[in-house]
Amino acid sequence: MGTVPSRFVFRDAVIAETPGGSRLVDCIQCGTCGGSCPNGSDMDHTPRALFAMINAGMRDDVLSSNTPWMCVSCYMCTSRCPQEVPITDLMYTLKNMSVRNGRPGSREAPALARTFARLVERYGRSYEFGLASRYYLGSKPGSLFRMGPLGMSLFRRGRLSLRPQRIRNIGQLRRILSKARELGGAA
Amino acid sequence: MRYAFYPGCSLDSTSVAYDLSVREVAKVLGTELVEVQDWNCCGATEYCAMERLPGYALIARNLALVDEDLSQLVAPCSACYLNLRKTDKVMADSPAFGAKIRESLAAGGLSYEPGRVRVRHLLDVLHDDVGEKEIRAAVKRPLTGLKVAPYYGCQIVRPFDDVDHPEYPTKLDDLMAWVGATVVDYPVKTHCCGGHMTQISEEQAFELIRRLLDGAARYNTDVLACLCPMCQVNLDAYQRRVNRRFQMKFDLPVLFFTQLVGLAFGLEHSGLGIGTELVPAKPVLAARLEREGAKGEARA
Repeated sequence: MGTVPSRFVFRDAVIAETPGGSRLVDCIQCGTCGGSCPNGSDMDHTPRALFAMINAGMRDDVLSSNTPWMCVSCYMCTSRCPQEVPITDLMYTLKNMSVRNGRPGSREAPALARTFARLVERYGRSYEFGLASRYYLGSKPGSLFRMGPLGMSLFRRGRLSLRPQRIRNIGQLRRILSKARELGGAA
Repeated sequence: MRYAFYPGCSLDSTSVAYDLSVREVAKVLGTELVEVQDWNCCGATEYCAMERLPGYALIARNLALVDEDLSQLVAPCSACYLNLRKTDKVMADSPAFGAKIRESLAAGGLSYEPGRVRVRHLLDVLHDDVGEKEIRAAVKRPLTGLKVAPYYGCQIVRPFDDVDHPEYPTKLDDLMAWVGATVVDYPVKTHCCGGHMTQISEEQAFELIRRLLDGAARYNTDVLACLCPMCQVNLDAYQRRVNRRFQMKFDLPVLFFTQLVGLAFGLEHSGLGIGTELVPAKPVLAARLEREGAKGEARA
């Protein structure tokens, strides 16, 4: 065993952060993933192409691609992949890395995830009204007037609470999360 | 049977109808659902997108909070079901991740050993554990004549494909048949509803929703039956806007499968949250079922 060629440094980092990620090296570039993806047509790169780029060490191009952020976790690719590559999980890894890298390939999707995560850390539960109001005000103010009537319709039917639900032991949850954050990254 | 129950955040808000109908149906069947005390959000698809390990730790807290004398945890939401089950599996399969998750839990004075709790989706419990005989026996007003398209979506059948077939599942079809509905062989039953894409890119999300509505309409579906809060919101709450965008006239009520099961058990509309959907189900239910109900009563 010699030293790892430098173009594999990025690939190996992706693998290390992904449970079961070592299957990535088994990708045979068949393209079943992209062909199965409901959002494939709107991705900068199909998953297949992205994996080729990872193997080629194209770190910056991969981490600024919108592809991971267009993934909605339907797991069709994962389910169909003949090589059992955990494609959806690799997309999560790339989302994590692109957030840390500071230039994710989508503006809205990370903003939604960040707003959601902060509300969960604050209350312990998801908070639809808080999420929608903060996210739309911050990231898509133009959509507010379209979302307003929908919110009202849900509210009138008792499907939108204006106040958050809170868990009792939020301190415990925060201690767990901050410990996990400290341990973070690769396994 | 007694199960630990993880309702998930949506059942408190956008999916009150699911919450009401799950509890009503469970009562009729004598299935005891013991809510996990002080459960927290599973993070949906958002939390792990930011940071994976804290995301798993967030989920694992719920597994750790399951009563010691209960060995199965039921989730009615597909995203919650998947997150809970996936975390248990990651802890079992990837010892390094598992150790970090355990260490994180320990910081909150909690512990969880993978495999202690078996995570189940509600549909699977009703289909496999309660089963055909008991469900048929509880039916008082069969949904005869109601054409139901069973919609599974994604995360109940993928990536874990041992509950049902990942692309052509049939458990919801079975259940709807047991309660007397006419089941549509719905060709896009495991296609994606777009998930959170309605918040990110309407362009993309609306096309996915259109395909699902179109698939159901082509088979003259009366009602879409779903088993995930996200799917229900996307198909129901966005239907009018999808119609406007594509100049279509879809008028397809989207109910939770437990609402339909509850109706067949003879439960009242209000107790099942019928009427909280944005595309009203009452007209088609009245047209198809009330005549049947009247006939049934006349016979009795």
